[in-house]
Order: sequence, then C-alpha cells, then structure tokens
Amino acid sequence: MSKSGKFSLYYFSSPQSFYPLAGALQPWFAALAAVLCAAGLYISFFVAPTDAQQGESYRIIFIHVPAAWMSMFLYLVMGFWSGVGLVLNTRLSSMVATALAPTGALFTFIALWTGALWGKPTWGTWWVWDARLTSELILLFLYIGFMALQAAIDDQRRADKAGAVLALVGVINIPIIYFSVQWWSTLHQGASVSMKSAPTMAATMLLGMLIMALGFWMYSIAATLARVRCVILERERHTDWVAAEIGGQK
Amino acid sequence: MIRALGWVLRRDLLLAFRRRGDVVNALVFFVIVVSLFPLGVGPEASQLRNMAPGVLWVAALLACMLSLARLFAPDHQDGTLEQMLLAGEPLVVLVMGKVLSHWLMSGLPLVLIAPLLGLQFDLPADALVVLCVSLLIGTPVLSLIGAVGAALTLGVRGSGVLVALLVLPLFVPVLIFGAGSVGATAAGTGAEAHLLLLGGFLALALVLAPWASAAALRIAME
Repeated sequence: MSKSGKFSLYYFSSPQSFYPLAGALQPWFAALAAVLCAAGLYISFFVAPTDAQQGESYRIIFIHVPAAWMSMFLYLVMGFWSGVGLVLNTRLSSMVATALAPTGALFTFIALWTGALWGKPTWGTWWVWDARLTSELILLFLYIGFMALQAAIDDQRRADKAGAVLALVGVINIPIIYFSVQWWSTLHQGASVSMKSAPTMAATMLLGMLIMALGFWMYSIAATLARVRCVILERERHTDWVAAEIGGQK
Repeated sequence: MIRALGWVLRRDLLLAFRRRGDVVNALVFFVIVVSLFPLGVGPEASQLRNMAPGVLWVAALLACMLSLARLFAPDHQDGTLEQMLLAGEPLVVLVMGKVLSHWLMSGLPLVLIAPLLGLQFDLPADALVVLCVSLLIGTPVLSLIGAVGAALTLGVRGSGVLVALLVLPLFVPVLIFGAGSVGATAAGTGAEAHLLLLGGFLALALVLAPWASAAALRIAME
C-alpha cells in the first residue's frame, strides 16, 4: 500500500492516510452495531425469560452490564494508545486516545445511570456505596479528568502527551482503586448486594448480554472512528489535503 | 546524586522558611476545615468520634492539594525549573528533593497537629497514635501523587481546579486505608493491615511517581 508497493501497517499511522480508511470502515462498524444491538434488544425483551426473583426489572442488565464492561475496557484501550503515542511519538495514537475518552465516559455514565434505575426496584434505593458502584464513579472522574486536562492545554502536542501520562497513571491506579474500594466496602458493611450470589444465568440471558456487549463494542469503534476523523480534520486544517478534502465535499 | 538531592531540599526549605506564611496558611486551612465539621453536624460526642478519621483525612487531602500549586509553579516562573532540566543531575532526583521538601512543609505539620484536633473529636489515645502513624505514612503518598498532577498542570490555565480534578480520584485508596486504620482501631479490629497497605502504596508511589512527574515536567517545558 505504501509508495514502494509493499504493504505496511505504518502506512496508516499517518493521519492523512488513516482518514479515508476510517471513513471507509466507519459505516460498516455502525451497521454492525445497529444489527447487533437490534438483535440483542430483541433477545433481551422478547426471548429471554422473566427472572424468577426480580421479575421484568432485571432486563436492564442487558444495557447495564455491557456498558460497564465497555467503560472499563475503553479506559484500557485509551491507556494503550496513549502509551503507544508517548513511546513511538505517533500523532494518530494520541488522536485515537482523545477520541476514545468521550465514548468511555458515556458508557461509564450509562452504567451508573442504569445501575441506579435497576437499584430502585430491586434494592429499594437509587444508590448504595457498594464497591462496584463506587469504583465505577471514580472511573467516571478519571475520564473527566483526562478530558479536562486535554481541554485546558492549548498546545496540542503537550495536551496529547500530558493526557497520555495521566491515562497511564490512571491505568496503574485502576486496579488499586478497585481493590481498595472492594476491601473498604467489605470492611465497613456486609456487602448488601453481590453479583456472586445471583442464581446462575439462563443461557439466553447470557447470549443476549454478549450480543449487546458486541453491539456496544462495534458502536464504540464506529463512534471513535467518526470522532477521530473530526479530530484529524481539526488538527490538520492547515494542510493542503484537508483543504482539498473539505473543498471536494462542498 | 545525594548532593543534588540535598541541594534541592536545602534550597526549598530555605525558600519556605523565608516565606513562612504559605506553610502556616495551609496548616490553618486544615485546622479550620476540621473545626467546621462539628459546627455543621452538631456537637454530639459519639457521632464526632465516628466521623473523626474521615474528617481529618479528607481535610488532610484538601490541605495537601492546596499547597501543590506552589510545588513547581514558582520555579517555572523564575526559570529555575529550566535550569534543573538542563542540569547534569537526573531530573528524577531533583523531583524527589522537591517532593520531599513539599512533604516536610505540608505533610509533616499536619501529622504533628492532627492529635490535637483528634482530641477535639474525643478520639481515644490508641486511635490518636494510629491517626498519627497513618498520616505519617500516607501524606508522603499524597505529595508523590500530587507532584504528578502539579507537573501535568504546570502553567495551564485554571490549573488550581484542574489539579484537584486529576489528583483527588487518585487519592482515594490512601483515604480509604488512612481513615480505615483509625476506624479499625476504634472498632477494635486492629490497624495493622491498613497501615501495611498504606506502606505498600508508599513504596509503589516512591518508585513510580517521581518518574511520572519528571516525564510530565519534560512535557510541560518542551
């Protein structure tokens, strides 16, 4: 694919060559996300059986759990691309990390919000200071901190690198925070809610959840690709190819 | 390397000694914040005793965070930081010196005054001792993690609020086990596990945080 005729992954590490690739891939991932989410929602609402203990209200698990998975997974991906950007000094990696943060924060928020909605009918309260809830809340703070730091620094390269250092510090801290919070809640109060004691899940429930998780995953990729295209255009606006690109679209 | 560490330490302590107001202000802030809580929640002794570890620790986090702004910013303004980056000594050692002096100026005074405030909250003697020990182990971790945040936000607009946003979530484990150790003593379960974990955090932060701060400083000064 490169000029020498030999295929090279590094070819796409330049924003200019990645921009059309992202544009070509993005609709496919968006379509996959739509299909998977539609299938997942169909299974979760019409196929999965009603839970013996929680009734219909448990069905929010199909949104809640995949969102919580994605929120944690996306932070790791963000940390990975930050690390790559810091070590290899590739601009595109930092752009991807920047583009991932809002999606990650969105899923963290969805996980917290649906958790509150789920908590009200099952536990009788919107919020408990349970280990999972607390660590998810702190994860949201970490995402917000990352975005706030990048937004506050005007110099783009410095914003990328400072954000990368922060994301890596966060990656080291996430397990520490998670276990601290877990020990804290077990030390302070008997865990009022535990996923471990839940009855083993029906196969269709698990299937619905996995399909929803895949759908969210594809959505994350599609949203990130769309956002990274905007970031590329914004940062490369002084170049000729962006001028041609934008001029050509008119 | 030891000489460079000593040089930074002596210089920062001397500067702080010449401007004693800054150190005293952070300490007074700590005392005032802690004193506000009984006014807010009422003077009932048993309630205050339960709250004391958390209140003292949260106030310590805030006081430590407030003084972070002075960690690198003055040196950044007068160009000393640039000289430090150019110096032959490793930047990590110089950062260590600055963190150490920050702790001596902001952390250690808190450790020394905390028992007095603990008495106001009617803490028993053994809990007071654990409070001091936990602050002694925990506040250096705050200075170390805080240095990363201070270096990342160096010269950024609105850095005061930003540093709080970055650093406070990372302080959570220290808060949990710092306050938890005092609570555990009061509950009679023993504070050893909490203090050991705090020691573990200190060891980890001591190894990683100076490197992260030095990297962040290089980024800020590019």
